[in-house]
Order: sequence, then C-alpha cells, then structure tokens
Amino acid sequence: MSESEPERTTDRDEAETLPTGASSVVTALEDAGVEAAFGVQGGAIMPIYDALYQSDIHHVTMAHEQGAAHAADAYGAVTGEPGVCLATSGPGATNLVTGIADADMDSEPVLALTGQVATEMVGNDAFQEADTTGITRPVTKSSYFASDPDTVGDTVGEAFALARDGRQGPTLVDLPKDVSNAEDVARPGPAEGPETQDIPDEADAEEVSRAAHALADAERPAILAGGGVIKGEATDELRQFAVDHGIPVITTMPGVGAFDETHDLAMEMAGMHGTGYANMAITHCDVLLGVGTRFDDRLTGGVDTFAPEAEVIHVDIDASEISKNVHADYPLVGDASTVLRQLDDALPRSPDAAAWRERCAEWKDEYPMDYDAPEDEPLKPQFVVEAFDEATDADTIVTTGVGQHQMWAVQYWTFTEPRTWISSHGLGTMGYGLPAAIGAKVAAPDQEVVCFDGDGSFLMTVQGLSVAVRENLDLTVCVLNNEAVGMVRQWQDAFFEGRRMASEYPWGPDFATLAEAFGAAGFTLDDYDDVADTIAAARDYDGPSVIDCHIDPREDVYPMVASGGANGLFALQEEHL
Amino acid sequence: MTGELPGPAPEERPHPSGRRNKQGIRIDPQAEAEPEIRREVLSALVDHEPGVLAEVSGLFARRQFNIESLTVGPTATDGLARMTIVVEETGPGVEQVKRQLRKLVPVHAVRELDAATERELALIKVGDDDPAGVAAVAEMYGGEAVEAGPEVVTVELTGTESEIDAAVEAFERFGVREVARTGTAALAGGTEFTAHETHDNE
Ligand SMILES: Cc1ncc(C[n+]2csc(CCOP(=O)(O)OP(=O)(O)O)c2C)c(N)n1
Repeated sequence: MSESEPERTTDRDEAETLPTGASSVVTALEDAGVEAAFGVQGGAIMPIYDALYQSDIHHVTMAHEQGAAHAADAYGAVTGEPGVCLATSGPGATNLVTGIADADMDSEPVLALTGQVATEMVGNDAFQEADTTGITRPVTKSSYFASDPDTVGDTVGEAFALARDGRQGPTLVDLPKDVSNAEDVARPGPAEGPETQDIPDEADAEEVSRAAHALADAERPAILAGGGVIKGEATDELRQFAVDHGIPVITTMPGVGAFDETHDLAMEMAGMHGTGYANMAITHCDVLLGVGTRFDDRLTGGVDTFAPEAEVIHVDIDASEISKNVHADYPLVGDASTVLRQLDDALPRSPDAAAWRERCAEWKDEYPMDYDAPEDEPLKPQFVVEAFDEATDADTIVTTGVGQHQMWAVQYWTFTEPRTWISSHGLGTMGYGLPAAIGAKVAAPDQEVVCFDGDGSFLMTVQGLSVAVRENLDLTVCVLNNEAVGMVRQWQDAFFEGRRMASEYPWGPDFATLAEAFGAAGFTLDDYDDVADTIAAARDYDGPSVIDCHIDPREDVYPMVASGGANGLFALQEEHL
Repeated sequence: MTGELPGPAPEERPHPSGRRNKQGIRIDPQAEAEPEIRREVLSALVDHEPGVLAEVSGLFARRQFNIESLTVGPTATDGLARMTIVVEETGPGVEQVKRQLRKLVPVHAVRELDAATERELALIKVGDDDPAGVAAVAEMYGGEAVEAGPEVVTVELTGTESEIDAAVEAFERFGVREVARTGTAALAGGTEFTAHETHDNE
C-alpha cells in the first residue's frame, strides 16, 4: 500500500442517507453479515468495487468469474450463509453463469452481484451488455434488476435473505451503472426475504401421524438422507432418530456427511456409483424415509425399479419436490429438523427391524469396497484417497472436480461430519474443485482443505492457483492424473466398444512444474513407497501445494448402475454392464 | 480395464418384483393405465411488473408443462395482475405446475378453478360476400360485427373456449381470413375469491 493511498474509514454507520447507490449495496452486504466476497473487476461493476474499498469485507480477487461463483458456492456450503460473488456486465456475468447454475442444482446459497450498462443503454446492445437477468432467471431462485437507487440496497438485502432462507439457492442482482453511481440514496433496512415466500416449518400433523404409523409398521425401513439434512442443520436430529429407532441410513451424494459413515447403521451413498450395500438396501426396503432429497436420477436409476416395494415418506422444505420424481405416499413439507422431531413424537414404537439390520450388515460383507493394489502396478487412486484420509483430521474439507476421481473421493474417504464433502453434484461441473477449495479455505481457515481433482477438471480452472498463492491459502490439490478424461474413457470402454474418441490426453502438462510456475509447491507421486511422505510434505507446505499423482490409467469406478438402470443390478465389473 | 469389486453378480442377487410407473407411483403391472390428461384452469395473482410474464412462460417452457393459453391483465389492486393459465396435464402434472408457480418470487397466490366463469374474446375477420349470413352466424354466437367492408367483416365475440371453437368453424364457410383470440380469462364462481393472498397454500 502506498503512503498516498486514502485511508479506509467509514462514517456511514449513523447516516440517514448514503453517498451512492453502490455504498448502499455494500452497506446492505455489511448489515447482512457478509465477511468475504469473490469477484473480478470491470467497467460496470467498478462503482461497487469503489464502495468496497471502504469496507471491511474481505474481497478475494479471482482469476476467472466461474471460479468466483464456485468459490462463493463452496463458501456457502461450508458456512451455511450465502457466499457472495461479483462480476462486471457482459462477459463477466456470462462467465458466472456456470457457477450459478451449479449452485442452483445443489441448492447452495449464493448471492451474485453483476454490473450492468447504464439503464438508458439497456437494450441497445451497448458495449459489454448482456441480458443477465434473462440469462440467469432459469438458474436462480430469483434474478433482480435494480432500477431504483433508493431501494437498491433493500433489493440486495432481499436477494441475500432469499438465497439463505427456505430451500437455499443462488440469487442475483443486476446493478446498472447509473443506479450504482446515483448520489444521496436512502439507507437500506435490514435484509428481509420477499413477502410472497412462506417458509414452511412444521409439517401437517395428520400426515406426520400417518407417516409415523407406516414407519412403525415397517419391517425393512431405511432413511435416505439428502443434502437438505445438512443445509437444514438437521444432522443431529437425523442421527438421534436413526439410532433411537434402529433405522439404517443411506445417503445421496450431496447428503454425504449427514450421517457418520463409521456408524453401524451407515449404508453410505446409493445410486450410480454408490456402494453395493446401499443399493441393495434402497432396492429392498419397504418404507423409505427421504429427507431433503430431490430423488435425482443419478440416485434413483430408472424410476420403474427404484425402491419398488417401498412406501415413500418424503420430508422436504420445498413443496415442489414432493412427487416430482418419485411419488410420495406421505408428503411432509417442512423444515428437516422440525419434521424429524415431529415424526419422533408421533412414532408409536420403533419398527421391529432386527432381521433387516442383520441383512444390511450381511450386504456390507457381501459387497465390500475392496480393491486390489498390487505393488508392482501403477498407483491405485483409491489407495491415495485412503492415505490422505488417514493423514488428516475428521473435519478436513474435501472438494473435487467431476469424473472418476470425484467418485473415488466420495467412496474411499470416510466422511463423519457435515459440510466436509463439497462437490458439484447436480450439474457435474468439471473445474469446480480448485475454486471450491479456495472458497472453503476462506470460509474455514482453521480447517484443512484437500481438493481431489482430475487432470481434465484441474485444467479447466487451474488459473485459480494464482489466487491461492496471492491469498496464501494453505490447501492441497491432489490431481489423480490418469492422462484422460477418465470417466468418459470408462463409458467408451463399456458402452462404445472402446472407441476412445477425444478422451485420452497423455500430452497434459507436468502439474508439479505448473504449480511452481504459479508460485505454489509442486510434487510428483507415482510410487506406493512415496505416498505417505509426499502427502506429508504437501500438507506441511505453508501455502497451496499440488501433487501430480500418476495413477493407473486403466482404473474404472465400481460399483456402477447403468444410466436409467436398476440400482439392484449395480455392476461390480465391466462384464456386468 | 481394472477396478472390479468382489461380490455376487447381478443375476445372483434377489430382486424385488414391484415396479413404479413414469410418475414414480408403485403399480400393479397388470392394472397399469396411462394417467389421464386433464384440462385445468389456474389463476395466479402476480406482481404487475416487467419480466413476470417472461418468468412464468420460461418456467413452463423449461419444465415442459403443456399450456393451452395464458392471459394476463391488471386487477383492481394497484401493482397486482391476474394470470389465467389453461394447462393440459396429468393430475400430478397440474400439482407440479401449481407448486412451481408458487415458488416464483413475483407470484402471490395460485389456485385451480373448478366452477369458474370462463370467457375468451375473439376477433374473426371473414369475407363480406354474404353479409346477412355473417350477421346471422354472429348473432347465433352472441357476437357482432365491429368493422365492415370493403371486402371483409370483422366480428367480435366472447364465449367459452369451446363456443369460440364452434363459432370459428361456423364462420369457415364465409372464408375466415384471420382470427385473433385472447385465451381464457376466468374468475371463481359465486362469492369465492379466485386467487387471493390467503390462497397461497391451497
Ligand atoms: C464442464 C464439463 N465438461 C464436460 C463434462 C463431461 N465429463 C464428465 S466426467 C468427464 C471426465 C473428467 O475428466 P477428469 O477431470 O480428468 O477426471 P477423471 O474422470 O479422469 O477422474 C467429462 C469430460 C463435464 N462434466 N463438465
């Protein structure tokens, strides 16, 4: 900072009016408790940045707006409060879109603020104009166009509250330059969600009672815990309920972390790459209590064969999820923790499910997640994931890209705490891992952050290393490098007779050298003997480090349920597909 | 390729015999019937502001809801507009439409109307070769000529959607040049409110 740089002071606290629309935006953020924001500068958003200059909000300058949105998303996933991202108009805003869509699919609270050309230029195809609200409307809870400088701060507050409350998700406020630059504007009030949105809390008592009786009468009950359990802060209630009543718990992918995977009742993740035992349990249960899940097709497989003998109790805070994909015999619209308490109170007795629990335990023995790791062959990714898990604390946050490495991470890391598994579930966005690790580390500086990435995914947002270096974020990226977009290669082998079109790239960079070029620490790992030491060295490094881990390029992900297939028919090897 | 896991192969496992239909409802395969498509009239009270129509129509497009018509206009309350939406969906489909609509921020209330007063307005432009014939058909359907000649007559009429369908067909013999229809507008019958702030949770 140069001597002549103006001092960062604020005298806005007591004022009735604020100097500019932009200062009203920043005041609204401060009043809402925002501590960090991720963004990239540019013409139309400059007034907002100028107001941020005076603020205590920690702004993390990103290298690409997609990364800003992913970082905000992960920040939201870790803290439960909306992550904030900023971008300029036009290309800045369109670069955000992938990250916003990702947050929308995973119900992550994100507030995006975009600059826009001056109101009178809108519609003229002005320089760097894009119809940001139009483009983002389908992928947000709501996309606001700020038209009045006196209410722009309230609009930002409303968008913040909307992102946070009810079923969480992204919102956006588009800020025309003239609105941001307008002078002497009204001070915003406290952040309040829109009056048209009621947020359900308790579910209908009669429906709860019917559901509770169905559950009590079940012989093969199972809980399916989705991401809503974590977002609804209901993990304690869920654990209590499952343990008190002896009900096995299956999770969706976003639900990983909702139930301690070391518990006897944990069946872990079901679905396309879920465990065999979870898929057996979900296929054979007779009452399925789904909490905070949208029964996505990667979980259900073909709906015709999904839990075909189960009565479904569906707890969700979003009424539009009820019977959207799978019919709910007992729809319970409400807050996950409240409804779990209601169910507990209404349950006449615990289900008599000892035989079923035994069956579930047998499935765990019958379908273990055991892999071969011969010393004389290339490294197995599963081994590396397990070694990392062993080396780190339980509260370590794991982020990933999308592909095989993501599945090995979720399968072979043992998750015991909520908000430690941060991934791109619904949209499946390659490139999510590193910016998410940045967002997670900013959100939780005291927790260790490990990103498992694929070589393909890492290349999509690798520029984020410059951000991690500048912010001196102590995070570790482990690239499970198979010199291919491996998940595509796996599908080509299984479903396209091995025609590997555009999926193998052995000419990828040396990621250790690349990391060093950015100013991060780089390591290369290709031998079982070095796994522990390399992990230790990378973790010890004070700052971002990258391990280029050369894994067996032939390794496939199993179990696998073919797309649209029956969960109970999960393949354990290619011949089963 | 490698990566196989131990365990019984798919054909060695027990498999339940139950099935679900496309709506995810458990079924008796013998008795499975395709769910019936219904025509339902929905009324929504919405903010009267730019972008709301785009938001609602975008929702219908991206979720592949089948709509037959959508009309919108101001109400007696400043700042609020009423949309009447005629959908053709299965029972679960209609429920989805309502729930998705309620999630939109500018939507205050949504209601399905059963015993509603439904009307649509149509302008029908026909040839004027047989003015007496046109007048007679117009009268039969309660319409009137609002503009006459040269060469064409424009008839205005209101009625239910099926009445208008019938009228347009009746006018065919005079040579229908163009038709403009508003789509159905509807209000709940009697003293009931159509869609009101308090209806949001129905
Ligand atoms: C942005 C984006 N583009 C394309 C895809 C399609 N896709 C899904 S998985 C995958 C392979 C990812 O390769 P890599 O990151 O190297 O991970 P691996 O599967 O090898 O572990 C691809 C291309 C995607 N999910 N996201």
